[in-house]
Amino acid sequence: MKMFKKAAAFALAVTMLGTCLAGCGSSSESSGSGDGGNGSSSALKIGGIGPVTGAAAIYGQAVKNGAQIAVDEINEKGDLQFELKFEDDENDAEKSVNAYNKLKDWGMQVSLGSVTTQPCIAVSTEINNDHIFALTPSASSTDVLGGQPDADGNVSIARKECMFQMCFTDPNQGVASATYIKEKNLGSKIAVIYNNSDAYSTGIYQKFKAKAKELGLDIVCAKTFTDDSANDFTSQLNEAKDAGADLLFLPIYYTPASMILAQANKMKYEPKIFSVDGMDGILTLDNFDKSLAEDVMLLTPFTADATDDLTQNFVKTYKEKYEDTPNQFAADAYDCVYAIYEAAKKASVTADMSASDICDKLIAEFTSSDFTFSGLTGNNVSWSDTGEVSKEPKGMVIKNGVYVGM
Amino acid sequence: MNMTLVSNLINGISLGSVYAIIALGYTMVYGIAKMLNFAHGDVIMVGAYMCFCSMTYLSLPPIVSILIAMVVCTLLGVIVEVLAYRPLRKASSLAVLITAIGVSYLLQNAALLIWGSAPKTFSSVVPFGSVSLFNGDLIITGESIVTVAACVVIMICLTVFTKKSRMGKAMRAVSEDKDAAQLMGINVNKTIAITFAIGSALAAIAGVLLCSAYPALTPTTGSMPGIKAFTAAVFGGIGSIPGAMIGGVLLGVIEIFSKSYISSELADAIVFGVLIVVLLVKPTGLLGKKITEKV
Amino acid sequence: MAGFANKYKRLKKSTRTNISAYGLVIILFVVALTMQSTGAISNSLSGQLVPICTYIVMALSLNLTVGFLGELSLGHAGFMSVGAFSGVIAAVSLQSSMGSGPLLLLVAMIIGGLFAGIAGLIIGIPVLRLRGDYLAIVTLAFGEIIKNIMNCLYVGVDMGGLHFSLKSVNDLGMENGKIIINGPQGAVGIPKLATLTAGFILILFALFIVLNLINSKTGRAVTAIRDNRIAAESVGIGVTKYKLTTFIISAVLAGMAGALYAMNFSTVAAKKFDFNTSILILVFVVLGGMGNIVGSIVATTILYMLPEILREFADYRMLLYAIVLIIVMIATNSEKAIQFRDSVMAKLSSKKRKSQNDSETKEAVNNE
Repeated sequence: MKMFKKAAAFALAVTMLGTCLAGCGSSSESSGSGDGGNGSSSALKIGGIGPVTGAAAIYGQAVKNGAQIAVDEINEKGDLQFELKFEDDENDAEKSVNAYNKLKDWGMQVSLGSVTTQPCIAVSTEINNDHIFALTPSASSTDVLGGQPDADGNVSIARKECMFQMCFTDPNQGVASATYIKEKNLGSKIAVIYNNSDAYSTGIYQKFKAKAKELGLDIVCAKTFTDDSANDFTSQLNEAKDAGADLLFLPIYYTPASMILAQANKMKYEPKIFSVDGMDGILTLDNFDKSLAEDVMLLTPFTADATDDLTQNFVKTYKEKYEDTPNQFAADAYDCVYAIYEAAKKASVTADMSASDICDKLIAEFTSSDFTFSGLTGNNVSWSDTGEVSKEPKGMVIKNGVYVGM
Repeated sequence: MNMTLVSNLINGISLGSVYAIIALGYTMVYGIAKMLNFAHGDVIMVGAYMCFCSMTYLSLPPIVSILIAMVVCTLLGVIVEVLAYRPLRKASSLAVLITAIGVSYLLQNAALLIWGSAPKTFSSVVPFGSVSLFNGDLIITGESIVTVAACVVIMICLTVFTKKSRMGKAMRAVSEDKDAAQLMGINVNKTIAITFAIGSALAAIAGVLLCSAYPALTPTTGSMPGIKAFTAAVFGGIGSIPGAMIGGVLLGVIEIFSKSYISSELADAIVFGVLIVVLLVKPTGLLGKKITEKV
Repeated sequence: MAGFANKYKRLKKSTRTNISAYGLVIILFVVALTMQSTGAISNSLSGQLVPICTYIVMALSLNLTVGFLGELSLGHAGFMSVGAFSGVIAAVSLQSSMGSGPLLLLVAMIIGGLFAGIAGLIIGIPVLRLRGDYLAIVTLAFGEIIKNIMNCLYVGVDMGGLHFSLKSVNDLGMENGKIIINGPQGAVGIPKLATLTAGFILILFALFIVLNLINSKTGRAVTAIRDNRIAAESVGIGVTKYKLTTFIISAVLAGMAGALYAMNFSTVAAKKFDFNTSILILVFVVLGGMGNIVGSIVATTILYMLPEILREFADYRMLLYAIVLIIVMIATNSEKAIQFRDSVMAKLSSKKRKSQNDSETKEAVNNE
């Protein structure tokens, strides 16, 4: 009995180790022949990480799909070839680092960082140590970049020179929201509901609060929820209603936001609603009653209803390939790949260069004053050497189920 | 009278009623098979998806959709019982617990592959809207009314069923002593399978009601309500049907009240804190049976 | 060789366990270290080594509660959380005076273990009064409470010392300070101190503690309590005292593992230490065999690597993981599978005995 157990355990261990080694071997082989089909050994290897399974899967899948479309389009052009590999991290810092190491084994030359903020903070440290260029589509905390002063003006994390962002930073959004509300005089009594188990949501709220105080905006009530209690918002809404709030600021993602809208509607509470880029996607929710989102205002760099050719083509391809409407995560990922492509071409990066050489060239190109990029999420976008992107958030309002500029 | 207080109370009871229906499934299975079926929360999710699909894609009326969801969940419950849990009947309870967790992962990831990660907006199955009282100072949603009513009806039916019917008596016998019940000619495996069937059908109803009130449906929709309902079942005394009901409603009310009047940040900690205090005072829950020790 | 094997068999059972446990760990470490230094190891595997070490310690410590104490704990990640955050606070605030080296890591781990031990004491006193599934649910509740509180915890350090708040950064009241823990955003900018050697030493330490505890008077008392509490009580064993001691030791080890874990990543957030993480560790323990030390080590190593190996299957990876988990549970625990295994074993051992007899007779003949 005992002997058997031990023997079985040992056999299991040996087979596992065997499969592991075999797995490593086969992965390095397959990378040479190319997974994407049109990739070849002369293609520049781009690695992406994000939650493809688990509760945050929607963001990872959007980035994966958006980036893949860009890679396919670029490869058809025939000059610089790309190859994309995307690994799952389940929105977990530990698994994100594991995924990053796996990509390094594959021979990744340029990285898309990680999709969600907390995992990306962990991965960005590794990326910087290994000197690989990374442009994250969506990890929006300033801790991802490093080198940013905190509330007291102290820099606790040194700038990670290889990290750049495609999305707005959280403080940027919080400040922009407060300024926007003040300038357009959208509300006198503001209530906030935010997710205090989420770095993105809390990050925006903290800056919003500071800026609101500075501008003399009146926050009458600030209530929180967590991922574990993202079902029932009646008590938060009741509180906002009792406080007489006429503007509800929701720095949260659209899934809980859709529930807040539905519950406010049932309570017959109708404040003006102002939100940030996480709200984008609410109109594409399967079976969502769009009348609930009527007059919702949001700051977002991308809308799937925009009429320019670039957006329309992208949305069309996305729908054909993935039977879904792209959200801003997909758009940011698409832009990331194109920005890397343009910078790589300008800096004459080729696929046979080492990741470290590519990193130096791309950093120089991205931070150079004459490099600008126009894509789905903004025109003439540029980057400073802090890694932050400079693009203007557009104020949008939902009218009759579509976005209209404010 | 403060209408916000009343409104919070009603919302708490409504949320608690959903917990209660889920908790009934936990409690029945625990009472009879003596196992913590951690996959129960995910059966809720499957039920909600089935109802969503038949309503949205097949345009079937809500009642038919609910029935379809119940049938599918019943089958799912029985299949899982026969394939995964029955072989482990004599194994340690921990082995069964881990298997149940495996089933939970399996259901979640299968749902992710089938329905994708994007949330689906569930259309309410309740045909009427909100009721407005006291010049609109107090608003009660249709979903709250239906949920509370469903919870009460289900509890009464289950109590009568276990007390009066032949099958119900068999269930109680199995829960008292499996071996003795077998000696008395009761088919233990069949009884346990039927318990799973009932529990899973209830899970389907709970899923539909949960998503009618809170309409974003994702593959992980069932996990947190599942854990909270499990807490509710223990709160009321696991194995006891009225206990599950009381536990669920109390948990819902405590959750909403602590969010409103104490701290929305620490609401979860408060809910679990109350649970701990209750268990320290009454170690087998509010209505749990006293365990007599065999020496 | 045969003589050595015989000698090994004649040793006490506890000594045999000790040898095999220490031996396994040392062999694994030497193999990993040589592979790492010669570069024969993939980045993927190399990156997993420290997490595997921390999870092995977690599994060993949970095995103490579940396997030896016989009490199901569903909130073990909570102790890991306490250890991780207190370790981070210690490391960041002492970094300037101590420099970032192995000594700082050691101090962080000791402080992590200490605070987790205090949490273990606070939780253990009420929890251990309960029994069975009720005890399990209360540990789950404590795990969730710890997660919730850590999620609201803001800690900063300035010239005046440490500042704590449960509300927001602004409530810390710091002057020119450094934020260590920023509520739900967790701790960022943690010095990366963890190394494979540190992980290895921690495992050896945990093994030393666990094995000595099991073979001590306390260990025998605990086993007696697990197997028959009433009988143990009636012969005068102080149940609460022994249970609490074991529970606290288990918490201390978990806290040290948590500190090591945090020092391996530049960031750590409260969300990580949730119910799922507790369950993950429980799966390691159950699959390794309750109370089986070597089993815990082997199961943790294999099960940690499994999802990484399954990456080749892309979207189907976690589905396959779930299926493997269910099949392994049924294969190792179902009555029929065990019967089948025994019948195969019986055949094998009868053959073996036969061949052994043959060889012995041959030997005898040769000797003559």
